[in-house]
Amino acid sequence: MKLDFRTTAIYTTVATSLALALTVVAAPVQPNYPRAIGAGEGTLNIVAWEGYAQDDWVKPFEAQSGCKVQRKYAGSSDEMVALMRQGGGGEYDLVSASGDASLRLIYGGDVQPIDVRLIPQWKDFVAELKSPPYNTINGIHYGISYEWGPNVLIWNTTRVSVPPTSWAAIYDPQYKGKVTVPDNPIQIADAALYLSRHEPGLGINDPYELTPEQLRAAAALLKKQRALIKKYWALASDEIELFKNGDVVIGAAWPYQTNTLKAAKVPVADTVPEEGATGWADSWMLSSKSKHPNCAYQWMRYVSTPKVQAQQAVYFGETPANPKACKFMNEIETGSCEKYHLNAPASYYQKIKFWKTPRRQCSDGSRNCTSYSDWQRAWQGVKG
Amino acid sequence: MPRTPSAVPRAGFARRCSAAIWRRPALGAGALLAPPMGWFIGLYIAALLVLFLSAFWRINDFTGKMERVWNLDNFRILIEDATYRAIALRTVAIAAAVTVTDAVLAFPFAYFMARIATPRLRLFLFAMVLLPLWSSYLARVYAWRLIFAHDGALNWALAELGLPALSIGYSNWAMWIVFSYIWLPFMIMPVYGALERIPNSLFEASRDLGARGLRTTWKVVIPMAMPGLVAGSIFTFSLTLGDYITPVLVGGPGSTFIGNVVYANVGIANNIPFAAAFATVPLVIMALYLLEARRLGAFKLL
Repeated sequence: MKLDFRTTAIYTTVATSLALALTVVAAPVQPNYPRAIGAGEGTLNIVAWEGYAQDDWVKPFEAQSGCKVQRKYAGSSDEMVALMRQGGGGEYDLVSASGDASLRLIYGGDVQPIDVRLIPQWKDFVAELKSPPYNTINGIHYGISYEWGPNVLIWNTTRVSVPPTSWAAIYDPQYKGKVTVPDNPIQIADAALYLSRHEPGLGINDPYELTPEQLRAAAALLKKQRALIKKYWALASDEIELFKNGDVVIGAAWPYQTNTLKAAKVPVADTVPEEGATGWADSWMLSSKSKHPNCAYQWMRYVSTPKVQAQQAVYFGETPANPKACKFMNEIETGSCEKYHLNAPASYYQKIKFWKTPRRQCSDGSRNCTSYSDWQRAWQGVKG
Repeated sequence: MPRTPSAVPRAGFARRCSAAIWRRPALGAGALLAPPMGWFIGLYIAALLVLFLSAFWRINDFTGKMERVWNLDNFRILIEDATYRAIALRTVAIAAAVTVTDAVLAFPFAYFMARIATPRLRLFLFAMVLLPLWSSYLARVYAWRLIFAHDGALNWALAELGLPALSIGYSNWAMWIVFSYIWLPFMIMPVYGALERIPNSLFEASRDLGARGLRTTWKVVIPMAMPGLVAGSIFTFSLTLGDYITPVLVGGPGSTFIGNVVYANVGIANNIPFAAAFATVPLVIMALYLLEARRLGAFKLL
């Protein structure tokens, strides 16, 4: 066959495209532990939740380690994953990933194994948080547990006279135009949790393992809720402003918003309603392309100490992984150790349905469940 | 004896080049255009091409990594899913509403500036139109958010007047008002330019032929201002079409724009192929719009 210039060019293009079409397979990164924590590199770039890197504990760390901490706040787990992959990864050293991001980061090869022997306080952690399934795979630790807590129902106490006890309040038409919930696909799990108690016929056991039919039911509930929503909040500060300006009176929040609003003298209260709550269990994870691993290890060692764990817990309104923090929590705020259930963490821990990444494969091995992409699309459909 | 190239005295390379360019002016123009064209093609067209290519890839459901497997799923979802159709339609509809609003507001203002105001007043008005552009876009949108808030300036003023409170914060109404405010200068300027060019003799001729103010406006001023209006509409329409910050700040539930979906898929969900697919929608809309605008003569004023 004789080829002229044009035909050759076309064939070359097609061949190159086919070569590009090779599927990229990502896998967890293999351990490559440092022998000891060396001298700091002078800088540490972290991706964290709002309220996770306050000067109260960042400044002392900078002073003792010489690592200047550069913070980037993210509003959702999706955003954290995106940030850790930005520019090919390695722009950030550490991330405070929740359980719905951690597995994506591990299987995406974005984070590397951490040697827990270099973090002495790890031995003190409550048993459930030493090697939880969302940060430890086959005994290899890809994350160091940090803090955990519930997503709460928050309301303005002067404009909602009877304290609500059920998540039904955020689906109640009497609050039309005065409700706010997070702008986050994982919010579907909150609807699923509500449905698992109020519509047992759907057969929802785990709010993160939904069949297409259950997902549709949850999305339908959320679509009905949309008529009541003033705004879907993207950042915690958004929700704080909405409550401050009187735009909303009830919503779903983190305890952090309640604490901040109370400090600003806004009359709010929160609760874990009778249906239970979804929640988060966060881990610090180290980027597989970290440029400042020594500073990162120093940070992980530092934030695992009881005092910092206590500061974080009281500031944000959550429970530390290290039970030795109890004493320090009570020093900062009397009774806070009991308030956040650090005196009996195990039973409280069972009450919370922790965020995890929805996958096509259900835990019983069948492939009837819906994946996170399905959730993202369903959520876009809810928001309109 | 005819002159042949060999008859030209031997010269250096530069001299031969200059001779060649003198003989063929197209060569010179080509050489002059090459660097900017290379820049344009290399950075702009190539980027668009890569964007378009990635629209045919997909991401792994679980890890969220991009897989270079050719497929049309992204476009299929765009067409089949009513949500994305509604978002595209909403974006175009609000962009159109903002364009019309700005045209209606800008026309009398620009007319006053161009034909009635004294030079001193005109200068002052110019400054007033351009002044908001000196401050940050974000600050101006945010200011509106505070105005529209439940306990904000608007409701405070209404309460002082004894009127019931309005609840237009975080809604499509709020977006329409804010967009119209933000892009108004971009409409006033080209319309002013068009109105200023109308020769006085045309007004006199119109009056001589017995036309009154309204008829003159309709038959003379508006046709003459049309290219300016179309040029301004390119700005207001395309700027609204591509915006994603105003919907986040002042929009409510059901205020998602194409830009928000693109942003959410690039910066949050990490689904670049889908974002690329959706990003081609405003590209196509703008291409059609610009073709139509060129037909109406808008580019003579740019």
